Amino acid sequence: MNFEFSEEQNMLREQAQGFLASNCSMAVVRRVLDGDEPYDADLWKKVAEMGWTATVIPEEYEGLGLSYLELSVIAEELGRALAPIPFSSSVYLATEAILAAGSEEQKQAYLPGLAAGTSIGCFALGESSGQTSAASLTTKADSSSITGVKIPVADGDIANFAIVVATSDKGDGASLYIVDLDQDGVSRESITTIDPSRSHAKLTLNAAGAQLLGNDGEGWSYVQSILNRAAVLFAWEQVGGCDTALNMAKEYAMGRFAFGRPIATYQAIKHKLANIYVKNTLARSNCYYGAWAISTDADELPIAAATARVSAIQAYYYASKENVQTHGGMGFTWEFDCQFPYRRSKLLATNIGSEATWQDKLITAIEKQRAA
Amino acid sequence: MDFNDTAVEATFREEVRTWLSANIPTSDELKGLDYIGRAKLWQKRKYDAGWACIRWPKEHGGRDASAIDQVIWNQEESNFDTPDSVFGIGHGMCAPTMMAWATDEQNKNYIPKLASGEDVWCQLFSEPAGGSDLAALRTRAEKDGDDWIINGQKIWTSGAHYSDYGVLVLRTDPTAPKHQGLTYFFIDMKSAGIEVKPIRQISGGANFNEVYFTDVRVSDAQRLGAVGQGWQVALTTLMNERASIGGGGGGVNFDSVFDLATRVNIDDAPAIKDKNVRAQLATWYAQESGLKFNGYRSMTALSRGEIPGPENSIGKLVGAPKQQDMASFALDLLESGGAIWDPELSDAAGMFQATYMASPGLRIAGGTDEIMANIIAERVLGLPQDIRVDKGIPFNEVPTSNS
Ligand SMILES: Cc1cc2nc3c(=O)[nH]c(=O)nc-3n(C[C@H](O)[C@H](O)[C@H](O)COP(=O)(O)OP(=O)(O)OC[C@H]3O[C@@H](n4cnc5c(N)ncnc54)[C@H](O)[C@@H]3O)c2cc1C
Ligand SMILES: Cc1cc2nc3c(=O)[nH]c(=O)nc-3n(C[C@H](O)[C@H](O)[C@H](O)COP(=O)(O)OP(=O)(O)OC[C@H]3O[C@@H](n4cnc5c(N)ncnc54)[C@H](O)[C@@H]3O)c2cc1C
Repeated sequence: MNFEFSEEQNMLREQAQGFLASNCSMAVVRRVLDGDEPYDADLWKKVAEMGWTATVIPEEYEGLGLSYLELSVIAEELGRALAPIPFSSSVYLATEAILAAGSEEQKQAYLPGLAAGTSIGCFALGESSGQTSAASLTTKADSSSITGVKIPVADGDIANFAIVVATSDKGDGASLYIVDLDQDGVSRESITTIDPSRSHAKLTLNAAGAQLLGNDGEGWSYVQSILNRAAVLFAWEQVGGCDTALNMAKEYAMGRFAFGRPIATYQAIKHKLANIYVKNTLARSNCYYGAWAISTDADELPIAAATARVSAIQAYYYASKENVQTHGGMGFTWEFDCQFPYRRSKLLATNIGSEATWQDKLITAIEKQRAA
Repeated sequence: MDFNDTAVEATFREEVRTWLSANIPTSDELKGLDYIGRAKLWQKRKYDAGWACIRWPKEHGGRDASAIDQVIWNQEESNFDTPDSVFGIGHGMCAPTMMAWATDEQNKNYIPKLASGEDVWCQLFSEPAGGSDLAALRTRAEKDGDDWIINGQKIWTSGAHYSDYGVLVLRTDPTAPKHQGLTYFFIDMKSAGIEVKPIRQISGGANFNEVYFTDVRVSDAQRLGAVGQGWQVALTTLMNERASIGGGGGGVNFDSVFDLATRVNIDDAPAIKDKNVRAQLATWYAQESGLKFNGYRSMTALSRGEIPGPENSIGKLVGAPKQQDMASFALDLLESGGAIWDPELSDAAGMFQATYMASPGLRIAGGTDEIMANIIAERVLGLPQDIRVDKGIPFNEVPTSNS
C-alpha cells in the first residue's frame, strides 16, 4: 500500500507553497477582485516559467511529461492561494481537450503554446442558466464556421482560443471545435460574476472560423471524460481552499474575545471548526483516490472523480460559509478576506457542473459498474 | 501512489487468506453454541494456529506481527463470515493497558488466556455520575492491609454478565482534585460482593449492565500504576479505544441502502431513479469512500513504519451518525412497511430497523459525538480546552446534579 505522494512530489509542494506565499498573498487576490485587470498576468507568467502549465503535456510537445499527481499537488496549492489566474481553464480543460481529442497537427499547433503559457485556452460549454446537455445545445457549426452564444465562459475574455461544444446531428449529438478568439466572427464581453477574482465572459460566435476537434458526433463523450479529469483537479483546488478557510477561522477565533474569553473556547465555535476539519479530511482522502484514478487512467475514474467532486463541493461550501460566520460582523465586510473563499467555493461548485449534477453522475457510474 | 501490497505484504496476505479459507468454522461446528461459545471456538482456533492477536508479543500468545500485518489481517478476516467477537474490549483496551502497566508475571498469567479466548474482559469505567466526565466517578476504594475494599456502582458495562475479569478506575482520595484522586485496578468478576444486573437497551437487547460493588476485596498487587495515577493509566485504555484500522463495519451501509432503493418504488418507478434518493446516496457514498481512503492513508503511514496522522480520529464521529441517518432513510423508503420489525415480515430480515434502534448507542458509547468533536478541536486543531469550573477543587467540594 502506497497511498501518499512521493518525496519529490512533496518537495514540489513545498516549493509551490513558498512561491505562492511570496507571489500570491490575499492582497493579490484582492487587487484583481477590486481592480480592472481580469487576472494577474505577472503571476501567470511566473507560473508558466516554473513549468506548471506544462506539467502533464508530453515532452514531444514541449511539456514536462510529468504525471497527474504532480498536477494535483499544484492544483491544491493554487486552490489554497485562491490564485487569480486562468489555470483551470487553460490547463484542466483546454489542454485536456486537445490531449484527448486533438489530431497530431492540432497537438503540434496548440500544446507548445499551452505548455509555455503564451497561449491561454478556455472551455465553452454552457449557453444559459440551468443544466447543459447535448440536447440543450444550440451553438451550431458547419464544416468551417460556428455560430452561437456561450455564457458564462471562464477566462473567455482573456483566452487566445476556446474549445467550443456545439450541437451535432451525428452520434451523441455534440461535437467539439477549436475557435481562435482573435477574429472578426467572435465578440466577447466580460461579465460580472460572484467571484470577480476570476474573469468570465460572454462569447458571441457569428460564423466564426472553427476547426473540428476529434470526431463529429463524439463531442458529448469527450466532454464527459474531460469533465471527469477536470473534476479531480477542481476538487484539489477546492480542498486547498478549504484549508485556507479553516485557518482563517481558527486564527480569528483564537484572537477574538467575547464575554471575557477567546471565542475559540466556545463549543459552538470549536465544534464548527471540528466539522470543517472532518469534511475537509473526507474530501481530501477522496481527492487522493481521484488523483490515483486520473494518473493511472483507471476504469474507476468516473466514480472517483464524482466522489471527489461531491465531497469537495460540500466541504468548501461549509468551510467558507462557517468561516464568515466565525468572524461575526467582520466576516461580512469587504475589508476582511473571508469573502474570497466564500465567493470561490461557489464559483468552483458551479463551474463544471453542480453538486446535484455530480451526485447524479456518481450514482449513474455506480449503476454502470454494478451492471458490468 | 498505488494500492498494491509490497511483496512482503502480498505474501503475508496470501498466507492469511489461505489459512482463513481453510479454517472458518462451519455451521455444523457452530450448531448448538450460543454467541459466546461461537466466539470462543473461533478465537481458540486462531490461537492454536498462531493467528490470535497477532500484533502481541509471542510470549503473550501473539505473533510479533507489525501494525500493517494487523491491518491486512483485519481486512481479510472481515471478508469472511466469522462469529461475532466478544473480545473487542479485552483485546483492544484491557490487554494493551495490562501490557503497558502490569508486571511481567501478571502479563504471563493473564494475557495468553485473553489471546486464546478462554477469558473475557470488560471495562468498568462509566458510572452514573461519571460518563463523558469519567474522572467524576465516585466508586470508592479504601486501603485495608494488603487489600483495597471497594464500594459503589458502575454502569453501562458491556459484557459484564459474561466477563471473567474487568479493568476499573476507583476513587482512592476524595479530597484531591478529581483527576488526582483516582487509582486503576484489574479485578476478578467472580469476587465476592460484585453483583451484575443487566440493563435493557432501547434496541431490546441487554448487553450492558449495572455492576454493584459491596465491600469487594481486591489485592493491592492488582493495582496498575501508582496510587493516585489512575487517570494516566485510564488514558492508555482510552487511547486504544478507537485505534483499530481496516476492519469492515457491519449493519446498514451504502450498499444495503442502494440495494433497497432498487427493490422499493417511488411514483411507480424504482426509488433509485428518484433524484433526491440519488443525491442522498451519493453524499453517503462520498462519506464512506472518504473514510475508506483515510484508512488507506493511515495504512500507508504504518506500511512505512510511521505513525498515522489525525485523519483517523474522525471515523466514529462520521460513521455513527451516518449509520443512524441511513437507517432512518431506509425506513422512510419502506414507507409504512418501515415500521415493521419482525425477522419474518421485515425487508432484509429487519436489518434496517435493528440498525435504527441500535445506532443511537453508537453515538454515545466510547465517547459521545460532542466529546469526539471536542477532541478533534483540541488535539487536532489545537483550539483551547473548555473552561472547567471544577479545576483544582477538592473532588468532594465539586457541585453535582444532586447539590
Ligand atoms: C448586516 C449587519 C448589520 C448590522 N447592523 C447593526 C446595527 O444597525 N446596529 C448595531 O449596533 N449593530 C449592527 N450589527 C452588528 C451585529 O449586531 C454584530 O455583528 C453581532 O452582534 C455579532 O457581533 P460581532 O460581529 O462582534 O461578532 P462576535 O461577537 O465577535 O462573534 C464572532 C463569532 O463568535 C460567536 N460567538 C460570540 N460569542 C459567543 C458565545 N458566547 N457562544 C458561542 N458563540 C459565540 C458568534 O456567534 C460569531 O460566530 C450589524 C451586523 C451586520 C452583519
Ligand atoms: C452501547 C453502550 C455501551 C457502553 N459500554 C460501556 C462499557 O463497556 N464500559 C464503560 O465503562 N462504559 C460504557 N458505556 C458508557 C459510555 O462510555 C457513556 O455512556 C458515555 O461516555 C457518555 O456518558 P453518559 O452516558 O454519562 O452521558 P453524559 O456524559 O451525561 O452526557 C449526556 C449528554 O451531554 C453531553 N455532554 C457531556 N459532557 C459534555 C461536554 N463537556 N461538552 C458537550 N457536551 C457534553 C454528551 O455529549 C451527551 O450528549 C457504554 C455506553 C453505551 C451507550
